[in-house]
Amino acid sequence: MATELAAARERDKARVLKGAEAFVQALIDEGVTTIFGLPGGAVLPIYDALYNADIQHILVRHEQAAAHAADGYARSSGRPGVCLTTSGPGATNLVTGIATAWMDSVPVVAFTGNVARSLIGRDAFQEADITGITLPITKHNFLVRSVQDLPRIIKEAFHIATTGRPGPVLVDLPRDICGEELEYYYPSEVELPGFKPTFEGHVRQVLEAARAIAAAKRPVLYVGGGVISSGAHRELMELATKANIPVTTTLMGLGAFPGTHPLSLGMLGMHGTVYANWAICNCDLLIAVGVRFDDRVTGRLEGFAPEAKIIHIDIDPAEIGKNVGVDIPIVGDCKAVLQALVEKTREKKETAWLAKVHEWKEKYPLRYDDPGTGEVMPQRLVEEIYAVTKGQAIMASDVGQHQMWLAQYYKFDEPRRHLSSGGLGTMGFGFPAAIGAAVANPDREVWCLSGDGSFQMNAQELITVAGYKIPVKVVICNNSYLGMVRQWQSMFYGKRYSQSDLSHNPDFVKLAEAHGVPAFRVTRVDELRETLERAQAIDGPALVDVRVSREADVLPMVPAGAALKDMIGLEGR
Amino acid sequence: MKHTLSVLVHNRSGVLVRIAGLFSRRGYNIESIAVGVTEDPDISRMTIVVEGDEAIVEQIIKNVHKLIDVLRVSNITSEDVVDRELALIKVATDSHNRSEILQIVDIFRARIVDVSDRSVIVEVTGNEGKVDAMVQLLRPYGIKEMARTGKIAMVRGAKQRANASDTGRAAAR
Repeated sequence: MATELAAARERDKARVLKGAEAFVQALIDEGVTTIFGLPGGAVLPIYDALYNADIQHILVRHEQAAAHAADGYARSSGRPGVCLTTSGPGATNLVTGIATAWMDSVPVVAFTGNVARSLIGRDAFQEADITGITLPITKHNFLVRSVQDLPRIIKEAFHIATTGRPGPVLVDLPRDICGEELEYYYPSEVELPGFKPTFEGHVRQVLEAARAIAAAKRPVLYVGGGVISSGAHRELMELATKANIPVTTTLMGLGAFPGTHPLSLGMLGMHGTVYANWAICNCDLLIAVGVRFDDRVTGRLEGFAPEAKIIHIDIDPAEIGKNVGVDIPIVGDCKAVLQALVEKTREKKETAWLAKVHEWKEKYPLRYDDPGTGEVMPQRLVEEIYAVTKGQAIMASDVGQHQMWLAQYYKFDEPRRHLSSGGLGTMGFGFPAAIGAAVANPDREVWCLSGDGSFQMNAQELITVAGYKIPVKVVICNNSYLGMVRQWQSMFYGKRYSQSDLSHNPDFVKLAEAHGVPAFRVTRVDELRETLERAQAIDGPALVDVRVSREADVLPMVPAGAALKDMIGLEGR
Repeated sequence: MKHTLSVLVHNRSGVLVRIAGLFSRRGYNIESIAVGVTEDPDISRMTIVVEGDEAIVEQIIKNVHKLIDVLRVSNITSEDVVDRELALIKVATDSHNRSEILQIVDIFRARIVDVSDRSVIVEVTGNEGKVDAMVQLLRPYGIKEMARTGKIAMVRGAKQRANASDTGRAAAR
């Protein structure tokens, strides 16, 4: 590092900057073009340095939205998302957003201000120990103790967030550091001897996996978010089509394999398709790629792929063997390992197994009953959005019933189009995530399907989309319930709808209009298509409040703690 | 079963919290933890004794290894190691039993490091079993206070910093 500084001096590149200026310059040198944030006392010097800087800053109205927007930016683009807030409450408001990114392995770099170093630990005004608070929900975090360290820490933060299994990193900046001077240069490399992810899979293990695939009679590919983060969707397609293996994806994996492809089984797990879950129950080889055997996927562990040999490919060795014993573990980057595996895999023809899977697919498709009363079935709402957007939009969702219906009925054909809080299940994620996605993808349609409960958790961002004319189309799947809570209360608590009835919702159309966002209401199915198209045609944000059938359930379903084979609601309702 | 992990970490503030926090939130039990600087002042060695079956210890090692400040994790349970613990034990004494206590201390090659009219402080160094035995023998006299360091360990022979158990390998089913 010292020699690099000397070289920078030599080239006349090292300049004397103040901490706040160095912060902004380091972001520019890192290639950051956009920050989501909200200023406050401890970051005033940084906001002053941003005033004329060549970086776009999107002002949100609540810091949680800054974290989710950075997250949506990252998920939809593959580039790290950046957020910036002040100390104390500004920092703690990021916590849910950081935890969301942590659970779904999203590269977010969060910067927080803090009180001056001399005040740290003295319960100063707006002081919070944010590095302590975020310890369990970040891949790593830093408290900057000296202005000299600032460029190196920023370099390391981005490297750690984006390398190996991605994840959030937080950097806490004491206020007084912003005013101190340093001889600035941006390091070209990082020195992190304790951080060396394995990218290439072990050759012998890959060969063994290829042999297992050759020998398998009933193989299934079970793929997740890791395929998307490593950009391994093409390699996955090659492997699946070369050996004719059906593919099921997790919620996080939607889009890793085209939902419309004949080999696609859609999503598996609690609200997965019957055929995906039955394929898992009956397979003799499970090829798990970039997944973590989450309880929402596996159901009762003993009933998950009970007859199968398991290959598990993941870049994080700690995921392998965590929940399920594995026969052929391969630690490595999904893309590199799948590439190697494709080379070693021989072509295989269609089999009796595929015929069986297709039979299940024919017999138990996703289905719902439309009573024909003219009210909007929520599943129909998703089908109409799919039609209007031609299946090409980036779709963010919140958490609950609408999230599952979107996952079931919108066939994602490409990665980074489906944005959802899979691990933490954060209501309020969808709208700000859609904002981040729209900023990152100005050429693409971005929609947010939310619920009436979820939307209210970050509804304040209506003013953000209005102010910047960010063209996010919000559709509220409005059943005036905390719908998933109501469904569980209906199924498992004798229909005692304790605190889940939201009949006293605000008027979402007036709410949107009060923020300057054009809004529409749909109460009957015959108005649906036309209204969605009107919202779509608007140059800028729009909101559609769709009153859906109130007590529709998400089906089929694996009850909590049951095995996948014991799905209920196979015939829909 | 008890496992001994030797962990090399960057000697930075907050490292101990990261390790301890990892253990508590993943529900792993720390039996003892001893930390001190190594021959390189920038690197500390933590000797951690944990209770758990093979699969759990495998998970612990992998998760500890993921911490950015951790340079190396070795499971030295089955290696040929020298391990030591130090204990200070304050034992109640009077003029009648002091010589008995002195005899026990002598047999264990321990030392008396403080004497007063009603107590002595015994310093004992050894492996865990030896310290336990010493405590057992002194208990009848009345142990008023005790402080133990927890185990530190080092692999015998010329080999330096025993290789990390392969953190890239997964547990077999």
